[in-house]
Amino acid sequence: MKTESQPEIGIDRSVGDFRYDVNYEFDAGIGLSEKTIEYISNVKDDPDWVRRFRLDAYRKFLDMPMPTHWASDDLENIVFDNIRYYLSQGTEAKRSWDDVPEEMKLTFERLGIPEQERKFLAGVEAQFDSEAAYSNIKAAVGEQGVIFVGSAEGLKTHPELFRKWFGKVIPTGDNKFSALNSAVFSGGSFIYVPPGVKVTHPLQAYFRINAENFGQFERTLIIADEGSEVMYMEGCTAPKFETATLHSAVVELVALKGAKIQYVTVQNWSANVFNLVTKRGLAHEEAEIKWIDCNIGSRLTMKYPGVIMKGRKARGEVISIALASDGQHQDTGAKMVHAADETTSNIVSKSISVGTGRSTYRGLVHMPKHLKGCKNNTECDALLINSHSRTDTYPAISVRGQGNACQHEASVSQISEEQIFYMQQRGISKAAAMSLSVNGFVNDLVQQFPMEYSVELKRLIELEMEGSVG
Amino acid sequence: MSLTIQNLSATIGETEILKGLSLEIPKGEVHALMGKNGSGKSTLAKVMAGHPAYTVTGGDIQLDGESLLEIEPDMRSRMGLFLAFQYPMEIPGVTIANFLRAAVQVRLAEGEELEAVAYYKNLYSKMDALKIDRAFTARSVNEGFSGGEKKRCEILQMAMLEPSYAVLDETDSGLDIDALKIVSDGVNALRGPERGFLVITHYQRLLDYIVPDVVHVMVDGRIVMSGDKDLALKLEAEGYDWVEKETAAAA
Repeated sequence: MKTESQPEIGIDRSVGDFRYDVNYEFDAGIGLSEKTIEYISNVKDDPDWVRRFRLDAYRKFLDMPMPTHWASDDLENIVFDNIRYYLSQGTEAKRSWDDVPEEMKLTFERLGIPEQERKFLAGVEAQFDSEAAYSNIKAAVGEQGVIFVGSAEGLKTHPELFRKWFGKVIPTGDNKFSALNSAVFSGGSFIYVPPGVKVTHPLQAYFRINAENFGQFERTLIIADEGSEVMYMEGCTAPKFETATLHSAVVELVALKGAKIQYVTVQNWSANVFNLVTKRGLAHEEAEIKWIDCNIGSRLTMKYPGVIMKGRKARGEVISIALASDGQHQDTGAKMVHAADETTSNIVSKSISVGTGRSTYRGLVHMPKHLKGCKNNTECDALLINSHSRTDTYPAISVRGQGNACQHEASVSQISEEQIFYMQQRGISKAAAMSLSVNGFVNDLVQQFPMEYSVELKRLIELEMEGSVG
Repeated sequence: MSLTIQNLSATIGETEILKGLSLEIPKGEVHALMGKNGSGKSTLAKVMAGHPAYTVTGGDIQLDGESLLEIEPDMRSRMGLFLAFQYPMEIPGVTIANFLRAAVQVRLAEGEELEAVAYYKNLYSKMDALKIDRAFTARSVNEGFSGGEKKRCEILQMAMLEPSYAVLDETDSGLDIDALKIVSDGVNALRGPERGFLVITHYQRLLDYIVPDVVHVMVDGRIVMSGDKDLALKLEAEGYDWVEKETAAAA
């Protein structure tokens, strides 16, 4: 166990940088083969269609090249044969923290999860390496018919619902990493909100990587039935290891007619994590899907949350904040696919590059010719902290047809020496001045986060900035 | 107790701007510094505050006997030195209320928390005095402000931070006569035995409102002449040429 501390400010530099030794009951070993997948299927007692789904995905994964023709060459440094694909102490999540194995319970207590659950959450799932250690929903929410369980439990207890939507929003072969996830997925949430039910408090999942050389491949499926509303929040941390860790999730959202889903991510991965995640939502008529995505940490993040607006007047939104510190690359963005009349989408992306940090925005907006009355608004702003920081923007906008409109604005700014000097002249230290500026830059977006998360986010930015000025 | 500058020389890049400048501002006094464009007035203000672009090559700056040269700009501020900027910087997304709050907070003893109600009460009363709309607390620092609003905001910050020594760098530039009066009233309200001022200006006009105890004239990186407020009037009437001639003759 190791903790880095920063005595000047008296808080742990990285909240999540600690680990416990765990004896795993189930371990698929190191490397990936059909045997690994068979092992996972056996432990999880998968039905035949899931076994076939996994093996089919594995073949797709092997066939697909690394996307280095457009993405970072750093992907070549992932050694799939060195990774452990499944580690757990059993597949059943506990309903009470008292039943959760001690070291896992301690981990989540240190991360403040049980406390947040008591304070403001409607339900919590806490995943430790491959499986959920804890999963529970407040009685009042459960009584409304809301289902919030781990993906494995969802598959067992609600097989029809699960199978109907699983893999339908993001096809297995969407990209190499969605194929990998489909082959070895484990953990993640399964959520169903019945028609008309509005879940007033957020449901939260926390994804914790504890083991070294490990790959976490959770799979989340959220179905909001007609006219329902739900907010889902996820947090992620891992300890800092010398070796690379892989996190490759697939998240599928389905908002049926008039439903609203908000999906909030605050990711704070340690600097050894490859975070390669595919997230997409399907919005039916008059439905609304909003991704609020905050990426701090990781070695390389590639994530482009998307919304397919399938029904008339559907709405998609991506609000994204990325902070790339020294040596990190945040390659993030959004995909908006307009597939019905009068659909509207909004993308607001703000990125901050510190030191040698690099941020990349990739945005896709697709409006085909036959549609009418569609609108997209895209704003992406980048802030550079040092002259050797880097930012790139790759928008791909295909807007055809009359009466469709797309608006794209982009800006790059830099915190100037004069600005910092001005703040210092008022007595504010250089590091505090930096973090004030950065918080100011993202302030309008942070306010869209739930209160508890916006406080956490500001604190994370402050910690990152303290560390970057030295 | 004074802010003392002894034989100060400073460069930016290869260029020497301050060439052995000496000046003493005792607490309780208001000193005016006048001079033509390019004489080094603003450089002096920035060097005093510790701007990283300048290198001090000789001499010293002391605040109540303590040398500031090795001290970071933020520490100089906390020791009691305030600079009202000629061109105040915009800080997007950071509200005046939060900015000043951060600046006031760092002046408290360790472990002491700012009392929010008292802070806002104080802030509002000072804004009222400077005729700054209270709604400005929620606006980003200097962003989209007019020239006059920026300067009033500088004086507001000075009033909130209560420095022992304040340097006002051309606070009058870009102000109409009404704004000039408001700003001057703000400065005059802070005058007192516990505070010293260095008022840098091109024009005598400001000194009708902020009446100085001493007027200094700066030429080519040095103070070449000092006198009472009548010196400012003479400069206004006759320009700077005679100063330069007299200085050259004396040399």
